[in-house]
Amino acid sequence: MTGSAHKKAVDSPADELPQTHTRPVEELDSVIIRFAGDSGDGVQLTGTQFSQVVAKAGHDFVTHPDYPSEIRAPAGTLFGVSGYQIQFSSRPVFTSGDAPDVLVAMNPAALKVNLPDLKHGGVVIANTDAFGEANLRKAGYAANPLEDGSLERYRLYPIDIGQLTASALKDSGLSRKDAGRSKNYCALGLMLNLYNRSIDDEIETIRRKFAKNPVLAEANVTALKAGYAYADATEMFDTTYQVRPMVDLKPGRYRSVTGSQATAFGFVAASELSGLPLFLGSYPITPASDILHELAALKHFNVTTFQAEDEIAGICSAIGAAYGGALGLTTTSGPGMALKTEAIGLAVMAELPLVVVDVQRGGPSTGLPTKIEQADLLQAVQGRNGECPVPVIAARSPADCFECAIEAVRIAVKYMTPVILLSDGGIANAAEPWRIPDVDRLPRLDVTYRTDPRGYQVYARNEHLARAWVRPGTPGLEHRIGGLEKDFLTGEVSGEPRNHEKMVEVRAAKVAGIAADVPPVQIEGDADAALLVVGWGSTYGAIAQARAAAQQHGRKVAHVHLRHLNPFPRGLADVLRRHARILVPEMNLGQLAQLLRARFLVDVIELHKVQGKPFKVSEIYEKLMELA
Amino acid sequence: MSATTTAGTLSKKDFESSQEVRWCPGCGDYAVIAQLQKLLPTLGIARENFVFISGIGCSSRFPYYMETYGMHGIHGRAPAIATGLKIARPELSVWVATGDGDALAIGGNHFIHALRRNIGLKILLFNNRIYGLTKGQASPTSEFGKKTKTTPLGSIDRPLNPVAVALAAGASFVARVVDVDQPMVGAVLRRAAAHNGTAVIEILQNCIIFNDGAFEHLADKKTRDDHRLVLAHGEPLVFGKNRDKGIRLNGLEPEAVALGQNGVTEADLPIHDERAGHGGLAYVLAQLDAPDFPVPLGVFRDVDAAAYEALNLRLRDEAQAAKGKGDLTKLLKSGETWIVADAPERLGGEMAGERLAVRSE
Repeated sequence: MTGSAHKKAVDSPADELPQTHTRPVEELDSVIIRFAGDSGDGVQLTGTQFSQVVAKAGHDFVTHPDYPSEIRAPAGTLFGVSGYQIQFSSRPVFTSGDAPDVLVAMNPAALKVNLPDLKHGGVVIANTDAFGEANLRKAGYAANPLEDGSLERYRLYPIDIGQLTASALKDSGLSRKDAGRSKNYCALGLMLNLYNRSIDDEIETIRRKFAKNPVLAEANVTALKAGYAYADATEMFDTTYQVRPMVDLKPGRYRSVTGSQATAFGFVAASELSGLPLFLGSYPITPASDILHELAALKHFNVTTFQAEDEIAGICSAIGAAYGGALGLTTTSGPGMALKTEAIGLAVMAELPLVVVDVQRGGPSTGLPTKIEQADLLQAVQGRNGECPVPVIAARSPADCFECAIEAVRIAVKYMTPVILLSDGGIANAAEPWRIPDVDRLPRLDVTYRTDPRGYQVYARNEHLARAWVRPGTPGLEHRIGGLEKDFLTGEVSGEPRNHEKMVEVRAAKVAGIAADVPPVQIEGDADAALLVVGWGSTYGAIAQARAAAQQHGRKVAHVHLRHLNPFPRGLADVLRRHARILVPEMNLGQLAQLLRARFLVDVIELHKVQGKPFKVSEIYEKLMELA
Repeated sequence: MSATTTAGTLSKKDFESSQEVRWCPGCGDYAVIAQLQKLLPTLGIARENFVFISGIGCSSRFPYYMETYGMHGIHGRAPAIATGLKIARPELSVWVATGDGDALAIGGNHFIHALRRNIGLKILLFNNRIYGLTKGQASPTSEFGKKTKTTPLGSIDRPLNPVAVALAAGASFVARVVDVDQPMVGAVLRRAAAHNGTAVIEILQNCIIFNDGAFEHLADKKTRDDHRLVLAHGEPLVFGKNRDKGIRLNGLEPEAVALGQNGVTEADLPIHDERAGHGGLAYVLAQLDAPDFPVPLGVFRDVDAAAYEALNLRLRDEAQAAKGKGDLTKLLKSGETWIVADAPERLGGEMAGERLAVRSE
C-alpha cells in the first residue's frame, strides 16, 4: 500500500542527468531501502548519510536503525547483523516501511537475516567479496545463494564491492584492510546512482565529516565516486529511479533529527523557557545514553550533566539539584527505571519537580537492550510502593520528543511533581525531518521560587494543589522535607492517621487535576467511524499509515493517539463510548488496554507485538480491514 | 529577598528546630548535634546556606532537628542527593548525616564515589556498629563473631573499617572521633567545615539500647588514654595515660612499644603527617585496632585537592569561552538544514520543469 504502487516510467530530460545516462528513469512515490552488514561494516553510517541526501532533496522520510547489542559481534555471524532501513517519499511517511524494495547485503549473514522481509521482485545488491566459503558457512548456506538460483524471484546485482573499493584505493597508500573500511561509501555511491542523486553534496559532507583525517576523507570520497561511476559505466541498473520531492511540506527550515537529539534539544529549550538551569543526573544505559551524550556537549548552555555511579545516584542527584532550584532530569531505560523506583517515590513525597525519561527497550530484566518494546507503561503509571501518582506522557515520533520534553517540564514545575516521559529505542535512534521551531514562539514556562517568609507553610498549596518551591539559601524559609509522611500544612513529620489519608488523597487529586490542563482528546480520521484505534508512543506512524490505507479502501477508522497517559485527557471517556469497537495496538501484552478497561469500564480489542520490532503497517492494516 | 541574611548574628539556639528530638535518652547523637549547633553560628555562613541531607536510620533523623534547610532522603542515598545539590548550588554548605548501615551497606556505592570525586560535602558517619532503628541487627561494622538478632550464632561477616574504606576511595579529609569527647568533636567538625572537598568524619557513637558500651574503652576518661592514639599533625605517635607508649614502624608493620624500654625513644616513632600526599601511613594507622593496638582518633588525612564542584564550574566556563554562551536558535539549526519554500513557488517551479523545489542551505 505504500511502496512503489504507482510507478510510471518517464523519459528523463537529458540536461538533468549525467551525460552517460541513457537508461529509463522510473518515477516512484516512495522507496524503502535496507542496508545490512556486519556491525563493523559501517551500515549505520551509510544509512545516515543516505538519509541526509534524501532529506536535502526534500523528501519526507523515516529511518529505523536495527543493530545487535554486541559492539563488534564476530564477523559474518547471523547475530552480528546490523541493519538500517529508510523509507523516503514524495508524500508524508510515518514509518520506515514494511518490506524493503532494495536490500544492500554486505555479506551472506546480512542476506540470510533480511531476505525474508524483502518485497517480491525487490532488488538485492550483494557484496560478492564477502560471499566466500567461510562466511557462507557462518550464515548457514550450503551453497552460494548468489549462484544457485535461489534468488531468482529477486533482481540480483552481485558486485564485488570489496574489490571495487580496493582497486579504487590502490594508490591511496592505505593498507587493504584500511581501504576496506571505505566500502560502505562505495555502496552508498551505487545507491545514489540507482536513485539518480548527485554525489557532489555527499563529497562535501564527507570532507566536512572527516576533516580531522584528510587521508580517510579522500579515501571515502574515492570509494563513493568509484561506486557511482561503476554503476554508471557498467549500466549496472537497467532502470534507475527517481522520487519526486514532497510538495505539501510546510514551508520553513528543516533538519533531520533523531529522538535522542530532539529530547536533548527539548530539555535545553525548557531550561531556556523557564530560566531554570538544567541538571541531568544519569547512568549510561542503552538506548538512553545518547541523550546524556547530547547534553554533555552543551555545557555552554545552562546545562550540567553528571554521570553518576549508578541509576539510583542518577535520579537522587537530580532530586538534590531540584531541591536546590534546578530543573532536575534523569534519563534511563527499563532496568534503570526499576532501580529508580524508590527515588521517584521520594520526589512524589517531597513534591519536587523532576523529569524521568524512560527510553523503553525489550524486557524484562536485561531483555533485548537494542530492540523496541513499549512494555514499561504499567511500570511508569503504577510501579511504586504506596499510593504514588506520577504524571506520564509518551512521545510518538523522534521530532515529537522535542515538544514532549517541554510538556514534561511544564507539568513538573507547575505541579511540583516528578513526571515520566516514555520514549523507546525506535524513537531514540530513528530520524525524521523536523521543521525547526521559532524559538521566540515557544511558550514561556513561568517559574517562581517563594522568597516571602510571611505565613510560609511547607505544604500549603496553590489552586493547582502544588506547594511552593523554596530554594535553600532563602532567608527565613528554612524547612525540612523527606520521605516520611508530613503534616498537611506545616510539613512536620506526622504519623497521624487522618492526616496520612488526606495527604494520599491530595497527592492523587493533584495529579488527576492535570487532566484539565492538557488539550482535550484529538481524533484523527473519521470521528463517526464504528472502529476507534487507540494508540500511544511509537506506534503512531504504523497506525496512521494503516488508517490512511484503510480509508483509501473505503473503510472508516477513527484514531486517537494519546500523549498523556496519566492522567488521561478530558473527553476520552466520551470518545471511547461513542465507538462500537476499540482496537488498541501495543508492543506489549495489552498494558494500555488494561488501563482503559479499568479506568473507563469499556472493553477493547488488543493487538500485540512483542518481537523487539515495530509494527508493520500491514499488520495493523489487516486488523483494521477485519474490524472496520 | 524579603528577609535579610542571618550571617554572623545567630547563636546555638537559632539552629535548634522546633521538632522534639526523638533519639533515645542517652544516645550519643545528642552530644554530636549539640556540638554542631554550637559550631555552625561561628562559621560566618548564613543559616539559610546550610543544608543537611540524610538517609535512613537513627542518625538520619538529624536534619529534622536542625533549623536549617534539610532533606531526609532514602536509605543509603544521601551522598547522591547531596552531590546533586552541591553541583547545582556550590555556594551552599552541604552536610550529610549517615550511619554505618546507611553509608556502608545499602549506600556503600554512593559513599565511595562521593569520596573519589572530592565533592564538597561534609559527611558525618555515625558508627554504632549496629542497626538501631530496625532494632538490633548486625551492621557492616559489627565485629566478627558478634551476636545480634540476625546473627544469633555470631556474625561471620568481617567488619568494614570506615576510615580504611574512605582512604582507599581517595578521600581528602578523613577523621575519627568519639561522640562524648566534646572538645575533639568540636575541633574536628570545625576543620571538616573548612576543608575544600569531601570531609568524612567517623563518629564512634554509643547505641544505648542495642550496643551499649561498644566504645566504653574510648569514652571513659579514666581509661581511654591507654586505648586511644590521639593523632596530631607533626607529632610522634605517642599514646598512654603517661604518654609512655608509642607506635613504631618495623618496615610496613606497626608495633606498639614502651618508651624508655629497650632503648626506645620518641625519636624512633614516625611523625604523623596528615598532609602527606601518599596516604600510606594514614592507611597503616587506620588498621590499628583493639586489643593489640590503641584506636587512632583525630585527623588521619587532610590534603588539598580540587573540589568536584569547582572543576565542574571550570568546565562550564571553558565551554562558554570556547563556544560562546549557548544560543538555542543556533543549536536547533546546527548540522545540515534545508529550506522548504512556500508551496506556490514550488508548484510553479515544478510546472516550469525545474527539478528541485528544495534547496540545500
